[in-house]
Amino acid sequence: MDKETKKVLFEPLVDNNPITLQVLGVCSALAVTSQMSTSLIMALALTSVTACSSAAISAVRKHTPGSIRIIVQMIIIASLVIVVDQVLKAFAFEISKKLSVFVGLIITNCIVMGRAEAYAMKNPPLKSFIDGVGNGLGYSLILVLVAFFRETLGSGKLLGFEVLPLVQDGGWYVPNGMMLLPPSAFFIIGLIIWVFRTWKPKQVEHNEFKIMSIAHGEGGHH
Amino acid sequence: MLSAEKKTCKYNEHLCKYYEQFKVYRDKVLALNNDSLEKTVAVALALCLVCAVLVSLATVALRPLQNYNKALDMKRNILDVAGLLDDGTDIDQAFKERIEAKIVDLKTGDYVDNIDPAEYDQRKAAKDPAQNEVIPVDKDIANIRFKAKYAKVFLVKNGDQLQSIILPVNGYGLWSTMYGFMALDADAQTVQSINLYDQGETPGLGGEVVNPNWRALWKGKKVYGENGEVALTLVKGTVDTSRADAVYRVDGLAGATLTSRGVSNLVQYWMGDEGFATYLNKIRNDG
Repeated sequence: MDKETKKVLFEPLVDNNPITLQVLGVCSALAVTSQMSTSLIMALALTSVTACSSAAISAVRKHTPGSIRIIVQMIIIASLVIVVDQVLKAFAFEISKKLSVFVGLIITNCIVMGRAEAYAMKNPPLKSFIDGVGNGLGYSLILVLVAFFRETLGSGKLLGFEVLPLVQDGGWYVPNGMMLLPPSAFFIIGLIIWVFRTWKPKQVEHNEFKIMSIAHGEGGHH
Repeated sequence: MLSAEKKTCKYNEHLCKYYEQFKVYRDKVLALNNDSLEKTVAVALALCLVCAVLVSLATVALRPLQNYNKALDMKRNILDVAGLLDDGTDIDQAFKERIEAKIVDLKTGDYVDNIDPAEYDQRKAAKDPAQNEVIPVDKDIANIRFKAKYAKVFLVKNGDQLQSIILPVNGYGLWSTMYGFMALDADAQTVQSINLYDQGETPGLGGEVVNPNWRALWKGKKVYGENGEVALTLVKGTVDTSRADAVYRVDGLAGATLTSRGVSNLVQYWMGDEGFATYLNKIRNDG
């Protein structure tokens, strides 16, 4: 793999992560992460849709009229999402029942549209495909991290296997019920962003304005 | 020139001609200015065509597998309420060996033989004006408005012996119509289990109707009181086991008063005269 491909593939994992840096696709990250199994399938579904749609959109980019550009992207994405949804219903029925509407909502996931518009419209198909995979993996990484904390702390299990024996089954762990509710993902994603930005200070955004302190304020009355 | 054409044309000459023509048109379209009206229309049409074919192919090709999954899921629900489901159970086989589907006329309580149980879908029938009836408002305690004239029940057999009766039930909770099965022992009086497999109640509160611990509370409860009325109901909080009527009482769900009321109503309706009372009476008298 040459340097350029590596960059396209791995940069979205930490350095340019769609969730933590671009803060895209948070909605589904809240909804499906209460269990690891649903998160993994969702991550797989989103990665394949992002990669394939980016490649397809890039393949027709030179013949896409500007006036119907977004519609063309939407049709390609929507068709792929329907195909993925049908495949899940056929081969992973239990999990597709749990994911219910969220697979369909990949259509509106900002990551897919964002990559189509920002990258695939300007780059060749193969590179766009790799970019899609990379961004899908970035999304997957966060999803898996969040699901890891939510499922272990919320129900004492990981992928359905017992990790922390629960009090009601004779163990010692009192489950944190809030972890099973969507807002907990907000806190965890917030913490992950904090960790990422402490590790890579370059990601810290500059303030758009400075708050003046009163004591040393300039132009104040003395 | 001619020989070259023949070489590229492997299959049907007619098709090849069309393909050549298509190539000419395609190149013409591709050469158009991207922002011209013709190109916009052509691209939109072509894209829609390709996507439509892709989506239809996926749906048609995968439908048999999806239907199989749905049927398997329903069988799993039925085996689950019958208490026949373990981790390693072969669902198709267990269902075939132990369970027999029957169609019951709700009014007379008799079995109907001219409908094939394998083909009959009670949920669909309840929505079909030819097969359903409107429930009078004053009797519609489960809040479902329509019911199918015929119900599909499942009999669990142990050899020739009737072991339990599985009845389809549904009723409105807080947000959703809950669909499920209730399993009664062969005495048509003692509850074996309840499985509300399709519901959209609040997760963690009303959604706890699927919690195995709560469902286990139903085992051994009695449906009918001494005068033949439907006595089984959910109470707020925990059942006081010292009371004589504890056998007709099930713990309500904490924080889900309206869902609990919905479950009570659903039992009241489907075990009552509008539901399976006539049928269950017949079973009791025959057995």
